[in-house]
Amino acid sequence: MRKRRSGAPPLEPVAGNGLLHRRALLRSGAMFAGALGSGASLTGAAAEPLTEPEWSQYPGEVTPPLQKPSRFEASVVRTLSNPKGEPRTQHARTPLQMLNGTITPNSLHFTILHSGIPDIDPAQHRFVIHGIVKQPLEFTVDALMRYPMVTRKHFVECGGNSAPMFSPEPIQAPLQALHGLVSCAEWTGVPLSTLLDEAGADPKAAWMLAEGADSLAVSRSVPMKKAYDDAIVALYQNGERLMPGNGYPMRLVLPGYEGNMNTKFLRRIKVVDQPAMTYYESRNYSPLLPDGNAYKFYFVCEVKSFITQPSFGTSLKAPGFYEISGIAYSGTGRITKVMVSADGGKSWAEAAVEGPVSPQAFTRFTMPWRWDGQPAVLTSRAWDDSGAVQPLRADFVALRGQANKVPNVLGFPNQHYNSLTAWGVESSGEIKHVYG
Amino acid sequence: MSMVKLPTLALLGAITTGSAALAGDSPHLGKPISEADIKAWDISVLPDGTNLPPGSGTAAQGAKVFGDHGCNQCHGDGGKGGSSNMLVGNPPLTKDGIASNKTIANFWAYPTTVFDYIRRAMPWPTPHTLTDDEVYAICAYLFAANELIPPDEAMNAQTLPKVKMPNHDNFIIKFPDRI
Repeated sequence: MRKRRSGAPPLEPVAGNGLLHRRALLRSGAMFAGALGSGASLTGAAAEPLTEPEWSQYPGEVTPPLQKPSRFEASVVRTLSNPKGEPRTQHARTPLQMLNGTITPNSLHFTILHSGIPDIDPAQHRFVIHGIVKQPLEFTVDALMRYPMVTRKHFVECGGNSAPMFSPEPIQAPLQALHGLVSCAEWTGVPLSTLLDEAGADPKAAWMLAEGADSLAVSRSVPMKKAYDDAIVALYQNGERLMPGNGYPMRLVLPGYEGNMNTKFLRRIKVVDQPAMTYYESRNYSPLLPDGNAYKFYFVCEVKSFITQPSFGTSLKAPGFYEISGIAYSGTGRITKVMVSADGGKSWAEAAVEGPVSPQAFTRFTMPWRWDGQPAVLTSRAWDDSGAVQPLRADFVALRGQANKVPNVLGFPNQHYNSLTAWGVESSGEIKHVYG
Repeated sequence: MSMVKLPTLALLGAITTGSAALAGDSPHLGKPISEADIKAWDISVLPDGTNLPPGSGTAAQGAKVFGDHGCNQCHGDGGKGGSSNMLVGNPPLTKDGIASNKTIANFWAYPTTVFDYIRRAMPWPTPHTLTDDEVYAICAYLFAANELIPPDEAMNAQTLPKVKMPNHDNFIIKFPDRI
């Protein structure tokens, strides 16, 4: 039994346009329903008499060895940027607006492949550590499977995720198109520090190079500081072996660092005394600034949040109660607070955050909302335990600029956007993407 | 009692020693391998020229390699841009604001990146098929076409790292405390 504390949460809005106290529903029960001013249902129409549905009248299908979602969920799929496999990068974006909780199912985890998915035989895969080490070592998958492993929940985000938000006008596209290059999974694997220690990596070496077994041998320089801090050579993703597109049979997981550094199909780590300035770190993930200078070593996916429901593409059928729900995460720590606004940032109220909250991981936030049928602008803003705050759009644009013209929604006009996302609710119930 | 107690204590001691050994030790299941046996995979070139292979190539040779290997199919004639990146051209980095085209001439900070990436990843459908001489030649071709080197300067392990990249000094380290 939940212990009833003194002082029930207020049923009156805690911020503009009908935001209710974050615990209002959990703690006030019947009073809340009364406060909504609706008896049996929002529409007032009584339910029809029940009949026996067809699927309850005979035994169902044979159980398959590998489960698939219901056929009624066929629309819950990733969107592809290059479905015919033309000679260029392939992106698959996660349908975040159709998922809940904080874990992305493996079949829906976002992927980016620069030259397709290599078909790697784990029995033949080899992973070497060499360079400034006492003894270069070669590991098989079988060998790594015998090591003590850790399990950590972490998001992985493309450094170019949310690039459409650099558009000077809000692009009318679902959340999946705007922010779908981020997912969160439970990764299980061997701490990289264990393997570096076994090879006898020189503690004074500042960098390592990580390289994949894909045809482009995608390669990134990683500070040894990060390698020793919390890097994992991951073998499992949400309890099962890695998906091929996510790096089977092994990948680097660098919690909170841009996805491209989390080397998939990991086959080589070379300990070195200087960054290699590989193609991806020199070009793609060095974001250009308005004055023509550019950032380099922009490793961290900074604190960010967005509302997943309701969002663009959904439509509110009638005024009344809705739960606003969203995701917050930060490459610099653990989410400590998410504020939500229903009036485009004029007033804010603190959302409920589902715990336990893990660092560098999706955190689900919710906020009860009573929509009065009038236009509203829903947005969220997150804080983390390092003191980082999600920047307001005006401040973000002042520092980082925005594209001169509306880019292709699949394009990457720039990288590392972590400002706010706002959804404009019209009185018809339709939801548009707006800059709040 | 003492009959029971002694082995128990001995066992406890063994467990304690065992876990201490585990904490301080490691499985050590990697096989020693020599740098010589890793050589086939060790294709990374560092900005100071470390690990550049022997070999050499000129712009004239590179122009032929560029055509023979169909580089123009994605990068356009003369590398001026196609379905994939512009390789030759120097538009201002402020031409299209923060979405401006980042090219070898206007953006890339290190000449070694060009060699490293071509050798590891190009041509896209058939990577790792160019000889080191051919990679040097394509680098010479691209640097000369971008007016970063004289048209007749050969690229090799000594000359390539010395190519001056115009944008080299225009980068700001975003998170210095993380390096």
